[in-house]
Amino acid sequence: MAYADSDPNQRPGVRATAVKLLIAGGFGVGKTTMVGTISEIPPLRTEELITELSRGVDDLSGVEQKKTTTVALDFGRITISPELVLYLFGTPGQDRFWFMWDELAEGAIGAVVLADTRRLESCFPAVDFFERRGIPFVVGVNCFDGDEQYQPDEVRVALDLDDRVPIVLADVRQRASCKELLVTLAEHAISMATAAPA
Amino acid sequence: MTPSDQHWFDEEAGPLVRPYALTRGRTTSKQRDLAMITLVVALQRVTPQLADNLEPEGLQIVTMCQHPKSIAEVSADLGLPLSVVKILIGDLIDRQLLMFRSAVTPDINVLQAVINGIRRL
Repeated sequence: MAYADSDPNQRPGVRATAVKLLIAGGFGVGKTTMVGTISEIPPLRTEELITELSRGVDDLSGVEQKKTTTVALDFGRITISPELVLYLFGTPGQDRFWFMWDELAEGAIGAVVLADTRRLESCFPAVDFFERRGIPFVVGVNCFDGDEQYQPDEVRVALDLDDRVPIVLADVRQRASCKELLVTLAEHAISMATAAPA
Repeated sequence: MTPSDQHWFDEEAGPLVRPYALTRGRTTSKQRDLAMITLVVALQRVTPQLADNLEPEGLQIVTMCQHPKSIAEVSADLGLPLSVVKILIGDLIDRQLLMFRSAVTPDINVLQAVINGIRRL
């Protein structure tokens, strides 16, 4: 379903639709920095209320209690054309909010997974998530100042990535670098969509 | 589902009850599929009569949606959780004050448009 209009009575300029992509990776790897660098608006924060079952450590009765928590999502926006708006969502860092990722990933173009070579393992969960679901993703190796530089091939081996997954050396504080990551992702999504099914 | 004999007190009840007070206790929207990036736009200008007939949050939403906005942006601007905003927006759609457009499926044409758009930035 491409469209679901609630009212055929159009006002001028309301033909726009939206599409989204995700910026994933471990805590502190630069997800929100990237959203801020490339977004046309300062990054916004939305929240979702979730109810989770929790069990108090001193609860001798073993009764599970419901507890309401808030998951925050940072996002930005790029107006592609008068008809198309692109939203970029940073994924929540905490592992226990994995289930939020399913809603985030639904209908998304794909994901940029940011990796920090000082702690590559922090992006393993994100790589796993997108790989298992067949969601297009590219790995952006965020090069911080003074970092030991790794070659993409070394990162590919360390992450055990499929040869087709693009790896881009990036500096997410630079607009040109963020543009390259997004274009690479969209091109990869096209090549996955046009590839013969396995 | 909460058994009727179970009560929530203090902070357990607080964050749940207060935002949902705006929705008169409803926690799910009967609405269609409103997603985070569903765009909503006002079908009316803000008039004094409209202002008299809307709750403050509804009026804020209609005012900020004179140009298309995603539900996530409305949520961020109002400082209210997504699920609450979806219910409020659903009510405004029912009253024909807003219309919505669902997210587009990222097919090859959309992806190519995204590539061209980003290169132009």
